[in-house]
Amino acid sequence: MAKRIIIVAGHYGAGKTNVAVALAHAHKDDAGGCVLCDLDTVNPYFRAADNAAELNAAGVRTVIPAYANTNVDIPVLPAEIASVFCSDETVIFDVGGDDGASALGVYAADIERAGYEMLAVVNMYRPLIADPADAVAGMREIEQYSRLRFTGIVNNSNLGAETTKRHIEASAEYAERVAALAGLPIVYTTVVGEENAPESVPAGEILVMKNSTKQLF
Amino acid sequence: MAKVLMKGNEAIAEAAINAGCLYYFGYPITPQTEISEYMAKRMPKVGGLCLQAESEIAAINMVLGASSGGTRAMTSSSSPGISLKSEGVSYLVGSDLPAVIVNVQRGGPGLGGIQPSQADYYQATKAYGHGDMHLIVLAPSTVQEMASLTGEAFDLADIYRTPVILLADGAIGQMMEPVDFSARTPRELPEKDWATRGHGGSRKHNIINSLYMNPEDLERTVEERYVRYRKIEAEEVKYDTFMTDDADIVCVAFGITARICHTAVTMARAKGIKAGLIRPITLWPFPNDAINTLADTAKAFLSVELSMGQMVTDVKLACGCRRPVDFYGRTGGVIPNPADVAKKLEAMASELGLRS
Repeated sequence: MAKRIIIVAGHYGAGKTNVAVALAHAHKDDAGGCVLCDLDTVNPYFRAADNAAELNAAGVRTVIPAYANTNVDIPVLPAEIASVFCSDETVIFDVGGDDGASALGVYAADIERAGYEMLAVVNMYRPLIADPADAVAGMREIEQYSRLRFTGIVNNSNLGAETTKRHIEASAEYAERVAALAGLPIVYTTVVGEENAPESVPAGEILVMKNSTKQLF
Repeated sequence: MAKVLMKGNEAIAEAAINAGCLYYFGYPITPQTEISEYMAKRMPKVGGLCLQAESEIAAINMVLGASSGGTRAMTSSSSPGISLKSEGVSYLVGSDLPAVIVNVQRGGPGLGGIQPSQADYYQATKAYGHGDMHLIVLAPSTVQEMASLTGEAFDLADIYRTPVILLADGAIGQMMEPVDFSARTPRELPEKDWATRGHGGSRKHNIINSLYMNPEDLERTVEERYVRYRKIEAEEVKYDTFMTDDADIVCVAFGITARICHTAVTMARAKGIKAGLIRPITLWPFPNDAINTLADTAKAFLSVELSMGQMVTDVKLACGCRRPVDFYGRTGGVIPNPADVAKKLEAMASELGLRS
């Protein structure tokens, strides 16, 4: 059985954690199990650590930075991360946004050796990547920081709680432009709730997700 | 313009640029560093300047310099960094300079912690600097308001020649919501005829200064400033209400806590408790009249805060101590959930004999 590493990276606030959590759930029954590895050293509050209990209950192992959700911002990654390279688990890396991907670069050699897929999460409703050219420029920077190459696009275009099917349908052209400029395939188009799923997507699959962002009110 | 999805901190930065702010001076600190990061990316594209100063103190004094020249300038920080700026803020007031200062609050005192807080309420509303002074204090409660109140802050600063504090909290700063930057209509602004701009000897030169040789001159200047403060109190109070018309217990909350109370009020209503919410949007000037009017019909108030209860006194003063003012809050970066607040409302209802 081939070891599988799926890296979820992209622009700050593009929705990487929601995608990573959804992928972890999708791979929880893989033969070797699944581990979600929170590599985010950038976000102080909203992060995969918020979903650890729920993921663990579903049978997904989680590796969370020691100080995540505490009162300090000390970007320490746990030594436990090394364990994901010597197991049969499917590994989902949830990477910090933009230059937060430098944390991923630490493991570039191990990841390269094992083989990997690296997904670029894009959202046309995020102003700094609303222009496909800016989105791809950002992806190139992330590749520099991480010393790894993207292999596909995840169209996670959404307006948070106000997202409708129309918003997702309107993003198809954007996703195609990003994919064409980057020379990469669209792997997933995400929706929160099946009722928002478009009739068809230009390429790839529809990934139905739950909103896994911590709710404060 | 169509809606976009942003973090609260990013919305502040984009709104400042939309408001014509060309100078941003900052120093990174969690949980507001996205403001600096966003400014660093965007300012060069609009011909503005984003400068990471050597310290918070340097940043606030750079704001003083930029504002003296009549341009719109902003700085931002979080609680410990905000304390460092206090001397500069007093100098801005003493020099009658407009400026926008953003505080995305975190836990304190001291280094405290990086989780959200509202414990700089006293500092912002009572004594951010030395001397006889007030600052306009705006408290956004949504990412949309992070944008619209930033624009409003720049306008108010120019109209009244005063620094304006945008008192946010880490939760609103970090969370993401849709925002529409065209939602606000800019206000009519006075000419900045006081600015120290080059004029080729065409007029008497302007002086920006906060030192007065004669006590009488300083007294006159301060008194003139207080005339402006009275005008602000009369004309610039902003607040929002939710289900207060028949409310027996009125929550008073701002920022993220108002969002929590909104849900808590709905939960309490479902249990037959007539709860409501008044949300001060300006913390100075405080919505005294609105709270006093609510005291005619409400039986009690509940101040809900991410602090040890710093707003309670203001609510008591606003209602002339005619009604009991209770408090529920968490501090140190702990955020209560709506059910916690609803439980407190239930307990109050029992104490007040409002339920069977």
